[in-house]
This record gives sequence, C-alpha cells and structure tokens, in this order.
Amino acid sequence: MHRYTWRTGVLEAVMILVGAIFMFPLYILVTLAFKAPGDQTNKLLPTVDPTFDNFTQAWQSGALGGALMNSALVTIVSVTAIVLFSAAAAYPLSRVGAHWSKFTYFGFLAGLLLPAQLALLPLYQTMRDLGLLGSLWSVIIVSVGSSMPFSVFLYCGFLRALPPDYEEAASLDGASAFRAFWSIVFPLVRPITGTVIILNAVAIWNEFLTPLLYLSNSSHKTITVAINGFVGQYGAQWNLIFAGILISILPILLAYFLLQKYIVQGFASGLKG
Amino acid sequence: MAARTLTPGPSRRRRRNRVSSVWWFVLPAAAFYIFAVIVPSVRGASFAFTDWNGISPTKNWVGLEQFQTIFSDPYGSVAIRNTLLIAVAVTIIQNVIGLLIALGVNSRIKSRGILRVLIFAPVVVTSIAVGFLWKNLFAPDGGINEILRAVGLDGLAQNWLGDADIAIWAIIVVVIWQFSGYSMVIFLAGLQGVPEEVLEAAALDGAGPVRRFWSVVRPMLAPAITINLMLSIIGGFKLFDQVFAMTKGGPGGATNTISTLIYQNAFQLGKFGYGAALAVLLTILVAIAASIQYRLLSKQEG
Repeated sequence: MHRYTWRTGVLEAVMILVGAIFMFPLYILVTLAFKAPGDQTNKLLPTVDPTFDNFTQAWQSGALGGALMNSALVTIVSVTAIVLFSAAAAYPLSRVGAHWSKFTYFGFLAGLLLPAQLALLPLYQTMRDLGLLGSLWSVIIVSVGSSMPFSVFLYCGFLRALPPDYEEAASLDGASAFRAFWSIVFPLVRPITGTVIILNAVAIWNEFLTPLLYLSNSSHKTITVAINGFVGQYGAQWNLIFAGILISILPILLAYFLLQKYIVQGFASGLKG
Repeated sequence: MAARTLTPGPSRRRRRNRVSSVWWFVLPAAAFYIFAVIVPSVRGASFAFTDWNGISPTKNWVGLEQFQTIFSDPYGSVAIRNTLLIAVAVTIIQNVIGLLIALGVNSRIKSRGILRVLIFAPVVVTSIAVGFLWKNLFAPDGGINEILRAVGLDGLAQNWLGDADIAIWAIIVVVIWQFSGYSMVIFLAGLQGVPEEVLEAAALDGAGPVRRFWSVVRPMLAPAITINLMLSIIGGFKLFDQVFAMTKGGPGGATNTISTLIYQNAFQLGKFGYGAALAVLLTILVAIAASIQYRLLSKQEG
C-alpha cells in the first residue's frame, strides 16, 4: 500500500486533470487581463504579446486603489473589534454558570439562524436616519454586529475546554478578573483567535450586499462595490474588466497563497463546533 | 498549587465571583449584536405583515397578505423553486465532487499538496468577482464555447445565460466550482481520522478499495458529511452575489433566488412589505435546515 504503483500514476494524471479544470477559469482571467483589446488571437491560448495597459486603465478609471484601501480599513477595524468584543464576551459567558450567562449565550446563538436578508431593510433605514449612509462606519458596525454569534460561539467552545487553573493561580496571586483575562486567558486562546481572524477577514473583505446598499452612491466604496460599478460602466470591454477583477481579487489570493496552511486550517477547525 | 488543593472551596468560589465581576465584558458584543441583528430582524419580520413601501410615513397592517402574494406572484414561485433546486443540486454534486477529490488527494500522489492548495483557492475569492468572471466564460464568445468549438462540439456551443432552462444550471456549476474545495477540506479532515492500520487490516482480509471505503471510511466520515451538507444547504438558500453578477435574476426572472427577489422588491420596486415576507420565508427555510442538522448531529453523538 505504500508504494507508488502504476495505479497511483493513473490517479495522479486524473487528479492533475481535475486540478487543471478547476484552474481553467482563473487561467482565462489572467490571460485576457493581459491581452490588448484588439488582440484577435484565440483566447484559450496564452497571450503572446502581454500588455499592462488594461491594468493601468482599470486602476485609474475604476478608482481601485482607494477602494482597496477602504476594504482594508473596513476589514482591519472590524476584525480587531470582533476579536476583542467576542473574546471578552465569551470569558464570563463560558466561566459563569448563572442563569443570565446561559440566557445571553443562547441569545447570541439565535443569531446563527437569522439570515442577513431579514435585518437588511430595517437596518438600511436606521443607517439612513443616523446619516451613516455613504460612511464606512455603517459597514463596520454591521460587520461587527453580525459576526458576533459565530465568533462568541467559537470562543465559548474553546474556553469551555480550557481548564481554569491558570486564571485561578493568577487570582490567588491577587490579579483582578480583568487582569486575569487580559494577561492569562486572551493569550491562551490564541489558536481560536487565529480562526476568528481568518474566517471574519475573508468574509468581510468579500462582503458585497451590505456595502452595495450603504456605499454605492458615495465616494467611499469597498472593492466589491467598486468592481460592480466598474463592470457596469465598461460593459463589453472584457480585457479591461478582467484586469479590474484580477486587481480586486489579487490581495485575497496573495494572502491565501502566503498563509494557505493557516487559512485552510481556520476554515476546517471553525466548523467542528 | 498546594494551597489551592488544600482549600478548594473558597478559592473556587472566589474565582467565580471574580469572573462574575466582569459581566460587563459582554456589553460591547451585545450592543453591536442587538443593534445590527436582533432589533432589525424583529422589525424586518414585523414589516412582513404590512404594505409599507419603505418611504411613506404610513403603513397598513395587511395580515398574511404578503405571504399569499409570494405564492400567487409568478416570480415568487420561480424564486422559491430555484432556491430549493440550487440548494439540493449544489449540496449533492458539490459534496460528491468534494469527496472524490478528497479521496484523490489523500492518496500517495506526488501533486497532492499543490492540488489541495489550488482547488481550495476559489473558496476565498470574492463571490461577486467570481460571478463576473463566469458571466464572461458562459458568454456566446466566451471560454466555455471556445473549448467546445476547439474539440469539435460546435453544436453544444450556445448562449448559456440567455436560456431560461440552462441559466440556472450555469449558476449551479459556478457555485460547485467555487465551493467544492471547501467540501474537500472538511472531508480531508475527516479522512485524517481514519487509522491506517484498520485500512491495512481490511485490505489483508481481502476487502477491495470500494468495500474498504464503504465499510471502514464512510462511517467515520459521518460528522464531516453532516457539516458539509449543512454548509452547502444554507449557503445555497442564501445565494445572492453570484446570481446578481451573472444574470441579475434574468432572463425574465428565470434565475431569481429568494435573495435576489428580496433585493429587487425592497430596493428597486419599493415593496418593503413583500421583500420582508420573502425574508421571513427564507428564515423559516434556514431554521428548518438547521434543526434537521441539529437532530442528525445529536443522533450521531447519542
């Protein structure tokens, strides 16, 4: 069973073919993005005469640089708040066996069942009434709030499995509960913090509908909203559009290939609860 | 350590008290959650029983009228049928493909590491960008038709997104392409829990690969299967971005999902009440799927 037999060779060939099929759309994306608009060569073949013009034009006319900055800002601020708030909430919720903490925990869990579509319409009005339409804060607030159920759930699951011995020792040494959390518990839950960061960062970076509603008529667009407007504006100029799409997914693809081990782990371990 | 074991009672009580003293740690999380999820969800559900247009200061209570509209509105029934079709088709096909790929890359092939990385990559790619990319691939002069023509199957080349019957399957293909890697990763995690010795013992006893999979591997994959089914069903129910990018629900509403119909009614047609009723229906579907999964999981553990 441990040798590389001819059967393994056949399997290898089949799997490489499967991998090639999965990569085909991304291959077309890259090829067309580098093709000049007038290039009439077969689009299945690699570009013989690659050009960067599509990228410079997409970057300028789509205002993609600013949009990438906005997406980065929204993602970083939201994920920071999510980690701090959900870890802090999970500490008493997982350690205190009182009625209020059980009730609150299940209150958070209920949010796992509520699709975002249900809150979409009233939230839109609230943001309008608060004058937050067009502001990145609207997207940040919604991202933080709607990420709470899953993040609190992940932290609580991890904390329940974590013995309280270290905090008890710290308590005996006179540390306050706040101090015990910040200096002992928070560093100990680092593995699940990694999962919370990865899952939320990917989801918030890719979020489309919420920013579309709040930001599409403003000058502060996230990259998903900017690319939607860009595609709408340049209709059939596919080389240009593909350059824009490639720019928009490049940050997340780069992050994935650099951190793929952690990202795949984060996706797989976040679901075991 | 010694002091603690000698006096377990007081120290335990004191720890409890100390953690209780930080109950206010829950407040920031609860505040954002209540503001962005609970309050708007409750309000959204209440709009479903009104005829509000989202702007006018008055709204009338209409009872269950909006829910009846869903079933009499031709767009409504098509959207429900599409949503269920997407959820079922994606769930079955994506998980079969994900499982086969997981078995393939869990073998001794040399390219297993790089294949795992590549096949999972579409999972992290922005769905709206994925939708636009595939919109072009499915276009009359797009990549799919180019391939068909290149291998001599010109007769199959067509306007994939322009045909009402085919377009919904084109969307299903895209979702499967994007998320098969997700199923693969979950199945791989399950496969790593299958002990090599048991498989070797079964092989020595004369069990072929199919028998080994069915009798040894499959039972151990049960939790991975449940999680995968759940993720793809709920993901299928909520599908929006890819449809929005590829067809906007067209041609003629043929590819609408409940989510795209909510968007159109609430934000383009000013039918807030109707959009809210659709959102309530979606919530009920998700809740049914989640409760089935909860039962299946507790059966496995019990």
